[in-house]
Amino acid sequence: MATSLAPHRSRPPTARNGRRTAPRGARNARLRRRLADNAMAYTFMAAGILCFALFSWYPLVRGIVLSFQQDNLITSPQWVGLTNYRHLFADPLFLTAWKNTAEFTGLALLLGYAVPFAVAVLLNELRHFKAYFRVAVYLPVMLPPIVSVMLWQFFYDPGGGLFNTALRGAGLPTSQWIQSPHTAMISLVLVSTWANMGGATLMYLAALQSIPGELFEAAELDGAGVWARLRHVTIPQMRFIMLVLLLLQIISTMQVFVEPFQLTGFTDPSTITVMTLIYRYAFAVNNDFGLAASMSVLLFVVLGVFAALYLRLTREAD
Amino acid sequence: MTGNPAGSRARTVLAVTAAATLALTASGCDSSSGTSASSGGVVTITVNDEPAKTDPVNRKFFLADVAAFEKLHPKIKVVPHEGQMDPQTFAAKLAGGQLENVFYVYYTDPAGLIAKHQAADITPYLSAYPAAQQVKSTLRKVFQDADGHTYGLPEGNYSMGLVYNRALFRQAGLDPDAPPTTWAEVRADAKKIAALGHGITGYGDYSKANNGGWHFTAEMYSLGGDVAKQQPDGTWKADFDNATGRTVLTQLHDMRWTDDSMGQRQLLQWADLLQMMGAGKLGMYLATADNIPTIASQYKGDPKDYGLGPIPGGKGTLAGGGGFMFNPKDTPDQIRAGVAWTMFKYENPDRITSGDQRAAAAKQPVGLPEPNIWTGAAAAAKTAADKKLANEPVQNYAPFQQALPGIPLDLEPPQAQQVYAVLDTVMAKVLTQKDADIDGLLKDASRQVDSLLAAQQ
Repeated sequence: MATSLAPHRSRPPTARNGRRTAPRGARNARLRRRLADNAMAYTFMAAGILCFALFSWYPLVRGIVLSFQQDNLITSPQWVGLTNYRHLFADPLFLTAWKNTAEFTGLALLLGYAVPFAVAVLLNELRHFKAYFRVAVYLPVMLPPIVSVMLWQFFYDPGGGLFNTALRGAGLPTSQWIQSPHTAMISLVLVSTWANMGGATLMYLAALQSIPGELFEAAELDGAGVWARLRHVTIPQMRFIMLVLLLLQIISTMQVFVEPFQLTGFTDPSTITVMTLIYRYAFAVNNDFGLAASMSVLLFVVLGVFAALYLRLTREAD
Repeated sequence: MTGNPAGSRARTVLAVTAAATLALTASGCDSSSGTSASSGGVVTITVNDEPAKTDPVNRKFFLADVAAFEKLHPKIKVVPHEGQMDPQTFAAKLAGGQLENVFYVYYTDPAGLIAKHQAADITPYLSAYPAAQQVKSTLRKVFQDADGHTYGLPEGNYSMGLVYNRALFRQAGLDPDAPPTTWAEVRADAKKIAALGHGITGYGDYSKANNGGWHFTAEMYSLGGDVAKQQPDGTWKADFDNATGRTVLTQLHDMRWTDDSMGQRQLLQWADLLQMMGAGKLGMYLATADNIPTIASQYKGDPKDYGLGPIPGGKGTLAGGGGFMFNPKDTPDQIRAGVAWTMFKYENPDRITSGDQRAAAAKQPVGLPEPNIWTGAAAAAKTAADKKLANEPVQNYAPFQQALPGIPLDLEPPQAQQVYAVLDTVMAKVLTQKDADIDGLLKDASRQVDSLLAAQQ
């Protein structure tokens, strides 16, 4: 023990200790000089911090405070402690919304994670019309989300919609798509996947193209086929970007709103999600912004876990 | 140059940036239009109800009225905003200070807004407008509190009936001059119309965006039922988990799933049925008279093809409408200006005849069977102008007009929009699920409505 402590005892005074011993006048002068030298930087920083504080952090803190209040934003708010949270846990729609959100996220990962990867691999293998297909895959991302959803609303129309017309033409049974509790969720996931796959595909494609060509050449020389190259070169090389995209996708799909709101509304228990339930609490049924804020805080906590994982992963990469 | 140039520069930069940031922040935050102040003796007020650009004729009329009003009142400037009231954003707009100085509300809202002191008291300003006394007292009372103070002015009034497609009636072998008057007849006629094929729906109904609950309420009223009932102690309770509620839903369920006369497409909202009617794909639906000109102008239907019958069942019909209230943050000058504008535009007996003339000249509908908001000489002027200038096929609305005096007009329930949102689920389930549990749906919705009504008492 004694030997292990020796180096600490012999350590020279720290900078912190050094500052403590410096005369007050010299310290102040140094501080003034440092402030003057960096005035411009601090000024610009202050503007940025002020904007962040006002438009990003204040709403966040206000939302957390609101979750402990009963507030319709009209009459004066009242402090109600944990009442909003108790109300949430007693509401049967609370569990339904989380279950539906988890189901949507799970299905969206199955489709929205695998499909862009497969499309990126295919695009990477293309010899001709590469630019055309890249644009074609990315086009839906450029549509405003509400436009995509309304387009699919037409496709899903159980009467004269595109899908059922095609099914009828092929002599196949038609579907109720978004109007049946058995098919509604997967129908919503299809819309979301179609609308968002372009971005993920391009990210995969960029990652694919950054893999050194020599690795593939070496694998080919060793007699590796397409599947073997995919398994032993592509996937291991892309493991990191796949993991990051997985987390980003979980974070974004758990906040799904436009698709269920526009296609099935905020009243259908078979497709109500956390975000549509928040809307329902705040605007549609309860007019209770405190209740909506408490649900938002819970979602924030859950997403915070995934965000922390994402940050840790990206920091490791740096 | 003396002193510390670096420090001086730093202070200048700091001051300029801080000022710019504050200015930027202030400009970013101040988007409220509800607090326009007077400047140079001119009072500025924001008002909503300006028709959208997709309705160019009425928009032109509106802007012409603004110009005429400003000419008459050179010290008032009116800033019009498009649209009326969106129940889903109203509370947020009100709370966020985004509400206009003069804003439109449905008859379901004034009581709550008055109780929460969210509308300005306009009583002192009304003495200048004796003509306002000619508006029906029942409608004026909607905007008054128990002490007789007035917080708004009624603008219009409607009652629900059955809009039907006369051309499809003829094709299905039905008499277009004798629309159904009972729900059993609606069901039978809807079957015959749907049997025409080509994607034609016999009877259409809503189940989304609060429209489903609104129609469910109208259907309950039509059978003598209710949606919420006031208790002896003054509180309200849900009143639809009963035999009438089951009859309404069972009928809809059977029309959808047994008869297949309601089409496969459901989760419809307001414009959907108008669109289907305009395209000649819908036989009947519950609506107000003013749907017919909208179907004709926006969805390219022929006004002659549509008829209006009384609400089936006829034991009651949903009556509603709206008017204008005044932002409680308005200054006295703004309230005075807002009342002057509302009286000029919406409650001006002197403009009844010229209004009909202007509409008729622009081929806008005149003569729709809407309940008159006026009494006395103004009512007589309205009736005479409508009769003289009618350009609508009024004979097609005769079944509605003849039956209307015998059907009680029932106002909407308290917290109507929230109640409708809950009832949307019930309608959606019945129309999209063959095995919908009607008893369970009614019980669950009733529990939710009870909780909503209790929270507001």
